[in-house]
Amino acid sequence: MTETPVRDRPARERTGRSVGRPIDRVDGPAKTTGTARFSAEYPYPDIAYAALVHATITRGRITGIGAEEALAVPGVLAVITHTNAPPMKPPPPVSVLNLSSLASGSKVNYLNTDEVHWSGQPVAVVVAETQEAAAQAAGLVRVTYQESPATVDFAGEQGNATPQKSNPLQQGEGHKGDAEAALAAAPVSVDLRYTTPPHHHNAMEPHATTAAWDGDRLTVHDGTQNIGWLRTALAQRFGVPAEGVRVIAPFVGGAFGGKTMVWAGTVLTVLAARVTGRAVRMTLTREGVYRTVGGRTPSAQRVALGAGADGRLTALIHTSVTQVGRVGGSPEQVTSQSRHLYDAAAILVQQRIVELDMLSNTVMRAPGESIGTFALEAAVDELACELGMDPIELRMRNEPERNPIDGKRFSHRMLREAYALGAERFGWADRTAPPGSMRDGRWLVGMGVASAYHPSWEMAANVTVRMSADGTVLVRCGFHEMGMGGATAQGQIAADALGVPFEAVRVEYGDSDLPTGPGAGGSAQTASVAASLTKACEKLRRSLLALARRSAGSPLRGARPGEVEARDGGLHRAGHPGSGESYAAILTRAGRPFAEAAVGSDTRAGTVAGQVRFMSKFLMDRRRWMKAACGAQFCEVRVDQDTGEVRVSRWVGAFDVGRVINAKTAASQLRGGIVMGIGMALSEETLVDPRNGRIMNPSLAEYHVPVHADIPPIDVCYLDEPDPTMPLGLVGIGEVGITGAAAAVANAVHHATGRRVRDLPITLDKLL
Amino acid sequence: MRPFAYVSATDVAGAVRAISAEPGARFLGGGTNLVDLMREDIERPGTVIDITRLPLDGVEELPGGGVRIGALVRNSHLAAHPLIRARYPVLSQAILTGASAQLRNMATVGGNLMQRTRCVYFYDGAADCGRREPGAGCDAIGGFTRNHAILGASDRCIATHPSDMCVALAALDAEIEIESVRGTRRVPLTAFHRLPGDTPHLETVLAADELITAVELPASALAATSRYRKVRDRASYAFALVSVAAALETGEGVVTGVRLALGGVAARPWRAHEAERALLGAPATEESFLRAAEAELAPAVARSQNGFKIELARRTIVATLRQVLTEGGAA
Ligand SMILES: Cc1cc2nc3c(=O)[nH]c(=O)nc-3n(C[C@H](O)[C@H](O)[C@H](O)COP(=O)(O)OP(=O)(O)OC[C@H]3O[C@@H](n4cnc5c(N)ncnc54)[C@H](O)[C@@H]3O)c2cc1C
Ligand code: SF4
Repeated sequence: MTETPVRDRPARERTGRSVGRPIDRVDGPAKTTGTARFSAEYPYPDIAYAALVHATITRGRITGIGAEEALAVPGVLAVITHTNAPPMKPPPPVSVLNLSSLASGSKVNYLNTDEVHWSGQPVAVVVAETQEAAAQAAGLVRVTYQESPATVDFAGEQGNATPQKSNPLQQGEGHKGDAEAALAAAPVSVDLRYTTPPHHHNAMEPHATTAAWDGDRLTVHDGTQNIGWLRTALAQRFGVPAEGVRVIAPFVGGAFGGKTMVWAGTVLTVLAARVTGRAVRMTLTREGVYRTVGGRTPSAQRVALGAGADGRLTALIHTSVTQVGRVGGSPEQVTSQSRHLYDAAAILVQQRIVELDMLSNTVMRAPGESIGTFALEAAVDELACELGMDPIELRMRNEPERNPIDGKRFSHRMLREAYALGAERFGWADRTAPPGSMRDGRWLVGMGVASAYHPSWEMAANVTVRMSADGTVLVRCGFHEMGMGGATAQGQIAADALGVPFEAVRVEYGDSDLPTGPGAGGSAQTASVAASLTKACEKLRRSLLALARRSAGSPLRGARPGEVEARDGGLHRAGHPGSGESYAAILTRAGRPFAEAAVGSDTRAGTVAGQVRFMSKFLMDRRRWMKAACGAQFCEVRVDQDTGEVRVSRWVGAFDVGRVINAKTAASQLRGGIVMGIGMALSEETLVDPRNGRIMNPSLAEYHVPVHADIPPIDVCYLDEPDPTMPLGLVGIGEVGITGAAAAVANAVHHATGRRVRDLPITLDKLL
Repeated sequence: MRPFAYVSATDVAGAVRAISAEPGARFLGGGTNLVDLMREDIERPGTVIDITRLPLDGVEELPGGGVRIGALVRNSHLAAHPLIRARYPVLSQAILTGASAQLRNMATVGGNLMQRTRCVYFYDGAADCGRREPGAGCDAIGGFTRNHAILGASDRCIATHPSDMCVALAALDAEIEIESVRGTRRVPLTAFHRLPGDTPHLETVLAADELITAVELPASALAATSRYRKVRDRASYAFALVSVAAALETGEGVVTGVRLALGGVAARPWRAHEAERALLGAPATEESFLRAAEAELAPAVARSQNGFKIELARRTIVATLRQVLTEGGAA
């Protein structure tokens, strides 16, 4: 993979010096030199190690556990099972009024029950003096079961799918007009079925937890994407005050959604520490991650489109069936983008779910839209072929002015511009339309295009900013760094908001002792923190000005906030060079070591107020605007005529993601999303045996994520136009990159070969 | 992983003595397969005999033009060796399509020959597998069979042998030299791996107390014009769905010499004798290649998900022979 220029448009006029620049990530040196500490790397004197024993049946009850052999392994401290584990409180019922109730990965109260709900559920934990002894003893725990019938075959259960209920966060159904009738009447139409398999996140760092109790106080190092949820959940499960639970997670080695919920490994490490009175560490094996952490649901989708001969859509129908576990998981918004992308006269979207005796599904990069855009955007390509129309032209003819399904305004939408930019960089004009018409020796060459779309979210974030008398700035917020570059971006934002050099700002994150940050999800973290951070900086400027204007010696004496701007490390009268002073001077004269401003509060009342504020803003925003990131994905493939092997040879992604805070880390996020989209298109599939629901390829050797050789140079570019309704004009970029990517590949494969593969992944056997 | 004793052998006699004293022991080459399988609790040796210090790491030219390869030669070393690249390019190419650079740096020739199947049910202790546990059934049948065998399988086991290197060796008429306290013996590579029959757990003809000491390649003019083609699910770092090792010699438009072997299709690297017979003396054309492929694949049996391999093998045989014909051997 090679670096490509990220933008060729002239840099927009910027108010500040840091925002937008491709600044190297601040955590880079720590990671490349190995000094960054991950959850399994915190030293504790006298630490013990834990390993899981997984159920080998799909559903039933444990009838006996033989721990003698395991206990006989030298160094084994305990074999904890449902027969001897102390009681824990079960996870609380899920309620949208208390978002942290969503935290538990499953409803199962591990080791407090003899019931087995899926193949791989933890049924015992072994704790030992060494990791090796724990792992060996775990293999020696003998469990007997009484099996009960189980339902595990997703494909076979389609007929039993039930409609998904809507809630304030997610709608299961929506329509405008009578789409079925419009479809039946349409002069040109397609009515197609698509399937996508289960996927797993495969973050580089397997889930790991280090836990230590001190009385009722608990310290946990856990690679989590949601420190707040984890803290609340552990306090609830173990019946201790949340204030006494400290979660430390400054570095998370990738997550992609897999570390959003609280899964068995974390809970059971804390339990093992409780039982043994030792600090305990558990690093899941890769197989352990597959067996105890949910993945992306499989899907079966129908997309039907009707159009006039002019290509104007008269009907758009998108329905989906996805899976949840009987013990948890939530439906995915597979049809979400289909409410927003095309100005169809009649629309029907509907999501159905089947409940299976398997581990809960969970969020994975762009849950819903990643697989939903595959079906929708592949179907649009098929319709373009039916119409004999260029697929970009078809999209442009149906580009809506307002949100198609309900007429809401778009806060901002520049999909046309993204297509124009992408088409030019890609050289779309050189494409000859007939499938199979482009060749390079024995390679069949194909070019495909698809829209990317991902709604933007904003969540509550508590932040403090401190200006010290030496002119340095400290930003504190318990947000998460899974590799996206969050600390760097927030440092850039604070630097510009306060008019200080980037190097003067330090950002603390990843610790529950800090003001509570947003969860890292929904591509919302940067925007959510930015909103509070800019407010906090504004407050801080005002209080620093208040100090200065009261002071006889200050050039800012009597200045009003409106007359003052932050630059050159201090406050200055706007338009009057030399008529201000540095923050250091203000604080020194005032005899203060620092000044600090906070947004949001972590008191109990503050937390409730924050949630209420979030929900009301969220609901009001939802009523007024449709906000999203979007883009155009351009893909060129080469298909081997003999073997059907598909190689992606070129990629251009042109995005409308609002304002970009850091050109380098933003491009990495978009590019990483595309890489994951290529994996989804061509090779990724979790093999679930339909006979028992057991995952059969829980390893990086057999679950095929793309390797370097699968990835061509990826040219990522973006429009960099701020969204007027979002903090600093930024919309999230973490997920939009994966959306549309699989469809672009599928469409390119069709262009190369004339073959439509509607069941992912597009492995070569489907092209022979 | 279970605890085990570790001993290190410094000469061949010591290594075979050590294993004859404890037939449940295992030799340790690069460890890239053995250690994985020990972690998975599939291999449970009480003793591991490290053989990496044995003086078996040379590649030597034999009188008459053949080559002798020590059993401890690392895969990457072998692939890069000038003699191999010049005289047996198919072998060099096959090795380089396997695993990753890091694994090839560790993996030895002996270990590569002995590596075990990648059947996902073989790897899952919760599944029934007669290759792993003598007498057990086979959960692959009726399950995920996409990677499984189309030739030489039985109703007891449909696993494939995963090696790329061995496919090239099969085409090159390699012989394996084996040492034990009883003496030295030689086995043709094509007779080394067993088809499953009723005893899938018996994977090779190597006895529990035998050590592989070398692989010998006979001199072959034909081998210089040879290629390896591996078809897989991603561009690198995946096992073969189907692979083809081919060497071809033509005169006046007619096939005068040919060696052909297939990977990913059977529990052994599959020497394509039927195809070779069909090709020898036939015109060197696409039609002959296709007919030969069909002759070889006539007995192929498809399972629930691997029927595509029959078509893929046919096409890959034709494509590889075509490429050798038009472009010559691998450089
Ligand atoms: C992720 C992954 C991907 C891979 N991909 C590929 C691939 O694409 N293609 C491919 O061909 N291979 C692939 N491999 C397999 C790799 O080639 C083998 O693991 C390797 O060749 C084994 O060699 P070793 O020296 O490490 O063997 P070891 O692990 O040391 O030994 C393997 C077995 O051989 C026995 N043994 C070793 N030496 C001798 C000897 N001299 N005499 C008798 N018995 C002996 C050992 O006792 C053991 O039972 C892959 C492996 C991994 C882990
Ligand atoms: S195919 Fe062979 S290796 Fe796989 S499960 Fe069956 S017996 Fe075991």
